[in-house]
Amino acid sequence: MRRNQVAVVGAAETTELGIIPNMSQIQLHADAALNAIADAGLKLSDIDGIATAVETPQQIAHYLGIKPTWVDGTSVGGCSFMLHVRHAAAAIEAGLCKTVLITHAESGKSMIGKLPRSTPPDSLNGQFESPFGVFGPPSMFPIPVLRYMKTHGITHEQIAMVAVVQREWAAKNPRATMKAPITVEDVLNSKMIAYPFRILQCCLVTDGGGALILTSADRAKDFPNKPVYILGTGESVETPMVSQMETFNSSRAFKTAGPLAFKEAGISHGDVDHLMIYDAFAHLPLFGLGDLGFMPHEETGKFIADGNTRPGGKLPLNTNGGGLSYMHSGMYGMYALQESVRQMRGIAPAQVKDAKISVCHGVGGMFAASGTIIFTNEK
Amino acid sequence: MAEPARAKPKPTPETQHFWDGTAAGELRLQRCDACAHVYFPPRPFCPSCASRKVSVFKASGKAKLYSYVINHRPAAPGFTPPYAIAVVELDEGPRMMSNILDCPQTPEALVLDMKLEVAFEKLDDKITLPQFRPAKG
Repeated sequence: MRRNQVAVVGAAETTELGIIPNMSQIQLHADAALNAIADAGLKLSDIDGIATAVETPQQIAHYLGIKPTWVDGTSVGGCSFMLHVRHAAAAIEAGLCKTVLITHAESGKSMIGKLPRSTPPDSLNGQFESPFGVFGPPSMFPIPVLRYMKTHGITHEQIAMVAVVQREWAAKNPRATMKAPITVEDVLNSKMIAYPFRILQCCLVTDGGGALILTSADRAKDFPNKPVYILGTGESVETPMVSQMETFNSSRAFKTAGPLAFKEAGISHGDVDHLMIYDAFAHLPLFGLGDLGFMPHEETGKFIADGNTRPGGKLPLNTNGGGLSYMHSGMYGMYALQESVRQMRGIAPAQVKDAKISVCHGVGGMFAASGTIIFTNEK
Repeated sequence: MAEPARAKPKPTPETQHFWDGTAAGELRLQRCDACAHVYFPPRPFCPSCASRKVSVFKASGKAKLYSYVINHRPAAPGFTPPYAIAVVELDEGPRMMSNILDCPQTPEALVLDMKLEVAFEKLDDKITLPQFRPAKG
């Protein structure tokens, strides 16, 4: 795919984030979509492509009253929206559609109109993981952590610092769920969830949604807000079973998607002004820094513990507060994308001064999938 | 009312040999006849070279502890927290999820790379789970 041929021209989250007991999941999709359409100054009838995950595209298209000629229902977990951006950019460039709406929403806390997630006993996960006591992401996602720590010499205190630093970013964000400062001691003394992880190393559980609108870059200047261009993209999947990852020392899906996006963008790591790495749990930024090639895995813990990713640091990371402190409705990738777009528009609550390139990296399932989008505000 | 039971696997045509094996006290893996790749979970072809000529064989049951969590909350039905959810690396190469029996469920007792051996836990007449315990000697 060629660089900067497609741009984000509309971006918005749901009007409220956090606990939203007066809206079903599908209405959260609509709330985010209508906000994004207003942000772009468009009408519903201008949308000719739609992509969403978990909920089907036909569900969202019909509810909103959209008549699409291009549809993507890729649903690979929380990074599905990174894949939607990649697919939409390719579709727009190929002339399959002109204006794509990507929506996410989840009634993750209030559980209103939320589709049940289940693991059939005759699926591979149902036969070879469920019987051993896994029960939701907190019991599965951290399984690689102890091996990663041993291999790369990472300490408990360094991983605790991921949560501490992201709380510093969240403190600058009025919409963040958790803003009170925390220390490494607070993290390491918080309630145990699944050793080695405690509750402050696990993502929040909230309600909310977000939506993006993409169109071709040559039309992008006609919109009310500063266009944010798609500079590079990557995607991959590995395995739905965390136990079957090739190694716990890195993520194959990360190592595939990330470098693909950097290569397509034609940039080096030193060009990156702003970085988002989907943090469902506190180890993910370490995996991301290593697998995207910013540094060897051995250095990731120290890099964060030394303050390089905190406000004022040389590599601002998860500047909305992340899944750990901002919000996490179940599929956080959309919120990471929203923060990258805000940073590129120059309107983020914790704005990185003069940021021109933002890398946004997502994970789906328990390292099952990955998508990377690189944005720029310069064409 | 009975306590909620732990999730029980339901075999498929492709995995039946594995569950027949555990019921008979054997840990069964598959090896590709063409390229000798040993793999898990079960499937009737080689995920390395795509050959359909594969054989089932009895594994040694020897393994080492690759990684784990000690789950506190929420606990899965049929489990009393805290309990370890482990991934073990079999001597033959493949890894699998399991639990560690006859061992305190603590970070001090559960040491990465410790030697393990397979144990079998019968759930009912059809299903026996492969579990692991610290290797003797």
